[in-house]
Amino acid sequence: MLPELGHFALILALLLAALQAFFGIAGPMFARERWSAAVVPAVAGQFVMVATAVGCLVASFVGEDFSVRYVAENSNSALPLFYRVTALWGAHEGSLLLWILLLAAWTVAVTIGAARLPRRFATRVLGVLGVVSFGFLLFTLATSDPFLRLDPPAADGNDLNPILQDPALAVHPPILYTGYVGFAVAFAFACAAMLEGRLDQEWARWTRPWTTAAWAFLGCGIALGSFWAYYELGWGGYWFWDPVENASFMPWLAGTALVHSLAVTDKRGLFKSWTLLLAIVAFSLSMLGTFLVRSGVLVSVHSFAADPARGIFILAFLVVMIGGALTLYAWRAPLLKSTAGFELGARESFLLFNNILLVIAAATVFAGTLAPLISDSLGLGTLSVGPPYFNPSFMVSMLPLLALLSLGIHAGWKRGRLGTKQRVLLTTLVVAAVLANGLVFGVYSGGHVLAPIGMTLGIWIILASLADPLDRWRRRLSVPRGVLGMTIAHTGLGLAVIALTTVQSFTVERDVALANGGTVKVGNYDFRFEGVAAIEGPNYDAIGATVAVSRNGAPVVILKPQKRQYWVQHQAITQTSIHIDRGNNLLVALGDDLGAGRWSVRIQIRPLVSLIWLAALIMALGGAVAASDRRYRPGLTAQAAAVGTPAGEPAA
Amino acid sequence: MTRFLVPLAAFGLLVVVLAIGIRHAPEKGVIASPLIGRPAPQFSLPELGNSARLVSSGDFKGKWYLFNVWGTWCSECRAEHEMLLEVRRSAVLPLVGLDWKDDDGEASTWLTQLGNPYAVVAVDHSGRTAIDWGVYAAPETFLVDPRGIVVYKVTGALTREVWTRDILPRVSASPSGS
Repeated sequence: MLPELGHFALILALLLAALQAFFGIAGPMFARERWSAAVVPAVAGQFVMVATAVGCLVASFVGEDFSVRYVAENSNSALPLFYRVTALWGAHEGSLLLWILLLAAWTVAVTIGAARLPRRFATRVLGVLGVVSFGFLLFTLATSDPFLRLDPPAADGNDLNPILQDPALAVHPPILYTGYVGFAVAFAFACAAMLEGRLDQEWARWTRPWTTAAWAFLGCGIALGSFWAYYELGWGGYWFWDPVENASFMPWLAGTALVHSLAVTDKRGLFKSWTLLLAIVAFSLSMLGTFLVRSGVLVSVHSFAADPARGIFILAFLVVMIGGALTLYAWRAPLLKSTAGFELGARESFLLFNNILLVIAAATVFAGTLAPLISDSLGLGTLSVGPPYFNPSFMVSMLPLLALLSLGIHAGWKRGRLGTKQRVLLTTLVVAAVLANGLVFGVYSGGHVLAPIGMTLGIWIILASLADPLDRWRRRLSVPRGVLGMTIAHTGLGLAVIALTTVQSFTVERDVALANGGTVKVGNYDFRFEGVAAIEGPNYDAIGATVAVSRNGAPVVILKPQKRQYWVQHQAITQTSIHIDRGNNLLVALGDDLGAGRWSVRIQIRPLVSLIWLAALIMALGGAVAASDRRYRPGLTAQAAAVGTPAGEPAA
Repeated sequence: MTRFLVPLAAFGLLVVVLAIGIRHAPEKGVIASPLIGRPAPQFSLPELGNSARLVSSGDFKGKWYLFNVWGTWCSECRAEHEMLLEVRRSAVLPLVGLDWKDDDGEASTWLTQLGNPYAVVAVDHSGRTAIDWGVYAAPETFLVDPRGIVVYKVTGALTREVWTRDILPRVSASPSGS
């Protein structure tokens, strides 16, 4: 009974979304007050219906109703309650339902938040969100109904994919989707502005908190996903440039650009058409991500069950949504004129570089992700694009971005002179360079040529970001949330750069010869070789070693690497043993028998791996703080604008 | 004015590429595996019912075999079981089972009650081997050729249609197919 109720609620939600879309767009267009007035009830009704549908499906999961196909495929009577609930988004149909629920929730939030905005504009925003919601509801009902019944019912469920039975991955999709869906709000604001044919600085101020919040969620989601891949897949990598990862990273990059270009539009009334385009692009990339993951056009290590029929539907939906928005853009954007100018060296120009470089970075990832698809469709055969392409080409746009960041936050608006800031910048740069070289050559001793550069940039970004807020704090001036958020986010970025540089450059690798009882000190760790033992396999012989790891005399872990010799293929396989301690990733592999009881052992220490995820979370936290700035609260804008600070305003 | 049309034109191009991509996409319900055309991942796992003996990827060198990932917790596996038994009766090629994250006792009972289609079953308690094979969800079946190369992958239950349309022609096309 419940599944049918859920299904019915979903159909009602579809109808309400259609009403919301129609009244929201047609009401303001034909100046029908009563049509416009119907939008808010439609939003509320839709949320209630979607929540009912989700509630019904969750109830089916919790109540172990294996007559529902989706429940039977993704749950089991032995599955713990927590995973029976999170199994809701364990596969395609439920993930979509979650997407729709989050969109409905964002729409309700926008309805409340936009109550103080001009009525006509707010109505249009809700209308556009209605179109997005309608598309996804139709997609779900037409191709991915989660409420289908099994006849006869399954005796027991197929269980949730064991890979997904993990706390990090259980909470990863909702957070990631919240980010994706959040960009729909920025998209709706952009479309509404284009429908109005009017875009001013106030528009940017309305749009900023929503965009920043979405960006923060997306960053959190990506960090969680990376963390999960690291420890669950056990390959020792934190980022694989896999299509599914790229699908979430591209909107994040575009969103980062959008957050910054919105700052310029807000403060200076510039970059208007560019900001609109970025808002469209960020959401388009979110939807494209969904398409790539669901349609089966790309092969990924963590693919959802793919179905070309779904792919065709999503493609048609993309054409309507994105094609429609871009057509509107081609028609309306030429009307937007920016009157103000700025000098080279002013903050505007740095934010322009920021945007160009971030868009190049997103385009680089985009090209690499779609290259296999393009080569395949041109009949050039299958092509595999991996880290050898992504790492260097991504760096090409990232290095100048990081180098310009510190200058950008200290540059003033409009004028190209750094003035008194020169001293701060120079001091922080020198301090950063000294610290970085001290770390690189003192603590870690040498490394890649990019190591001192990356380290200097990372430290410089942190110091330069902190300089201004610290100065304000010392002089007992208030630090607005916007500035604080920007500082936190940039500090997070600096930490990420330091962590990535360290991991990439200072992974200590030592090949040592050890006899029974021999000890070697690598980094701060002592590795004591406690001998080998023969292990017999059916088709291989293995030698297993025991290596006790300690730190300052305190035992850390016992690692057991193996070396296997397969009889048939005469292939030697090394089974590495891994452990994470204080952010350091310890790896031990067994090498060759050197005779006389001595073995060659390869030891790796990857430092600061954990800092990568921490830094990503700090960046997201910065976004959250910035989004909560009083300046963005409707009704408070008048005072906030009056208090508006002349220089060093929030750019994030 | 025309520069504002550039994004639309670029998007148009992208749609064409994606549309071609869908046409080329594997048939419904099939995820092409990155493993196809590559050597099957090495594994070495205890045999079901005889944990002292190990089953490993080298055992089947020189023979076509189907590598079938299943578990007693998987209802879809029950659905394909009849087809697996039919494959065994056809004696075209051996089935190698990977009992994925399962209880050994229940797995043995399952095979006794429903019939055992497998030449041998390897037990993967940790799920590590399944990850190596890129298994998303049971059941999944991989066709491996005599050189040890993964030739084809079936996601979901193996059906008679898939067997006659996708697997048999591949096996019989090769001279070494028995």
